[in-house]
Amino acid sequence: MSNLFEGTNPTASVQTDKFFYDNKIVKWFAYATMLWGIVGMLAGILAAFQLVFPALNMGMAATTFGRVRPVHTNAIIFAFVGNGIFMGVYYSLQRLVKARMFSDRLSWIHFWGWQLIIVLAAITLLAGYTSGKEYAELEWPIDILIALVWVTFGINMFGTILKRRERHLYVAIWFYIATFVTVAMLHIVNSMEIPFSWMKSYSMYAGVQDALVQWWYGHNAVAFFLTTPYLGLMYYFIPKASNRPVYSYRLSVIHFWALIFLYIWAGPHHLLYTALPNWAQSLGTVFSIMLIAPSWGGMLNGLLTLRGAWDKVREDPVLKFMVVAVTAYGMATFEGPMLSLKSVNAISHFTDWTIAHVHVGALGWNGFLTFGMFYYLIPKIFRTKLYSVKLANNHFWIGTLGIIFYVVPMYWAGFMQSLAWKQINDDGTLRYQFLDTVKQMQPFYLMRGIGGILFLIGALIMTYNLIKTMRGGNVLNDEAAEAAPLAKTFVPHATEYWHRWIESRPMQMLVFSLIAVAIGGAIEMIPTFMVKSNIPTIASVKPYTPLELQGRDIYIREGCYLCHSQMIRPFRAEVLRYGEYSKAGEFVYDHPFQWGSKRTGPDLARIGGKYPNSWHFNHMYEPSSISPGTVMPNYPWLFENDIDTAITPAKIRAMQTLGVPYPEGFDKKANKDLMIQANGIALNLSMDKITIKSNKEIVALIAYLQRVGTDIKLEQKSTTK
Amino acid sequence: MKFIHYLERITGVGVYPLFSLLIFFVFFAVLLLWILRADKSYISALKNIPFPGNETE
Repeated sequence: MSNLFEGTNPTASVQTDKFFYDNKIVKWFAYATMLWGIVGMLAGILAAFQLVFPALNMGMAATTFGRVRPVHTNAIIFAFVGNGIFMGVYYSLQRLVKARMFSDRLSWIHFWGWQLIIVLAAITLLAGYTSGKEYAELEWPIDILIALVWVTFGINMFGTILKRRERHLYVAIWFYIATFVTVAMLHIVNSMEIPFSWMKSYSMYAGVQDALVQWWYGHNAVAFFLTTPYLGLMYYFIPKASNRPVYSYRLSVIHFWALIFLYIWAGPHHLLYTALPNWAQSLGTVFSIMLIAPSWGGMLNGLLTLRGAWDKVREDPVLKFMVVAVTAYGMATFEGPMLSLKSVNAISHFTDWTIAHVHVGALGWNGFLTFGMFYYLIPKIFRTKLYSVKLANNHFWIGTLGIIFYVVPMYWAGFMQSLAWKQINDDGTLRYQFLDTVKQMQPFYLMRGIGGILFLIGALIMTYNLIKTMRGGNVLNDEAAEAAPLAKTFVPHATEYWHRWIESRPMQMLVFSLIAVAIGGAIEMIPTFMVKSNIPTIASVKPYTPLELQGRDIYIREGCYLCHSQMIRPFRAEVLRYGEYSKAGEFVYDHPFQWGSKRTGPDLARIGGKYPNSWHFNHMYEPSSISPGTVMPNYPWLFENDIDTAITPAKIRAMQTLGVPYPEGFDKKANKDLMIQANGIALNLSMDKITIKSNKEIVALIAYLQRVGTDIKLEQKSTTK
Repeated sequence: MKFIHYLERITGVGVYPLFSLLIFFVFFAVLLLWILRADKSYISALKNIPFPGNETE
């Protein structure tokens, strides 16, 4: 141990600094994590049961599945896990660098800024303001606020690192730095949008490019928001909780660099068999397979840290939760690469299998690691013992059962759905109507909901247990600490290597990790923007009419993409069921793209012209009147709300800025065009004895639905110039 | 978007992927080399950072 901190403290007689760790901010992030966790889980449970009992949509816009589901996903990812990250980082970072956070003021701006974002997110999502891109649904003013608060966090973190009293940066901090840098990059690139009103915007990218950018973001939101920060936390909290250093520090170094290098390329595995160019799909698959190595390296490193301490796992709830968390991480990161194989993806994609997969990660990895951190931190900050180990054990078992009850039915459902969708009779017809498969899902969705309730009950037990712990304890908001300052002149070790040069320099680490993650993104994206032949233009594909554009924005607002894809893959069963498979060139005016990722309802890529206007009219008013047994909500407000024509010119101008070829000055006469088309639809409906004013939102939605996928039915002329 | 076709005008843009592969390979080769050769006591110091004062190993 004599040479342990050489360079940090070259002379034993050096004066030590006395300072205080800020526990108060950690405590508040813990409160926020608990609160938003419960809110997010409740939203999830509501969404789950809405798919079994459509009455739970309650006939109101704000409470329909299409708006509740983004609230659930955003609340869990950014509110629950987000606050969990900050709780863990603020606690561990201070101790790893032996310094108080850089600025208390920044800490509090960060805390309240983040909570403000969460509240604004919940309100705006329920009010229907959404960019229509999964997990990046928040609109442009909130996007800007997120960037500002995130930078505040970054400044605070780097300020702390710069005034550190420990020369070397422990591997957990590398993960925090990579998280900060990459999330900033992902958020900025994916949120590029042209605002056309104070709360609405169009994605700057269209169609295939938008899809690629979105899933580069979406996948890496999983990688760099749900994974890398939590790996950093794992590298701190598992050694602390088991009181032994990490199994292999060498392995953790390889784990870090390999993970951030590889993860960033894997996004296109969300777009297998779609209209995305094939080379990009293959790239996604290859890197996803390679990811097994660092992921499992990390998992084993976490588990092997407990070698010789497994007896503690039997007694200590903290370790119990963490062991299951790391195991769930291992399962999810094995499954992920498997799902990236095209043959497996052909079965799993668009089904509930994906939902099961993400919940192994969310409930197991993020949920349980967060719970483990709670049971570790709260007694420490409140200087007491956990109120009840028994309750914590009960939480552990109820939570584990909850995960199993959630994921097993979803795996089963996913398989069933996929096989039923693909089943073809001897005479070449499809065996099942889509609606048949929806009805088959009911018992599985019910069981899944019960799994969710069990998980929530566990979280509530924990909350009670922690509140009792806090009440019985004596909070230590400022924890006294002592450490020697860094020596002004660093005496390097005899055998200095290049990596050592970087790991004690946070700014260089920031730059290098940015380079590592930027390469993957750039290589994937630049060619699709660059090589024209990647997206063959189709001469017959024309921009949306003003009415269709308005309808499309209603489609986005109601979150239709959360249950309906617009992407027919080139499979026999899909072409039979939906029509001609989707081509890249069809989406060049789609800002944002609406391919979707899940088929709770059928694909809509060729819905245009399939049914008469009156069918859509009745179906949107009361879907079960047309399709008995459906779980689709009613949309009565579309029949009362007027189309917001005041905004049409601004929408057209925004689209023109994005390169959509509307003629010059079209914004001024767009509303005239809009009314002509709307009157036509109203007239057509009146022939079916339906009376509706032509300025109602339903008319615009019908116009859009009747347009989707019809361009290439007219003419199959493709140029690759 | 008006800027999207600018990149295709770069002469020899095709070497970019090759160059990336090279960076990728060299980086990990050097990383592995460092890992295998790194000083044991130094590694032990790093892994004990979470345990100031009373290290466990």
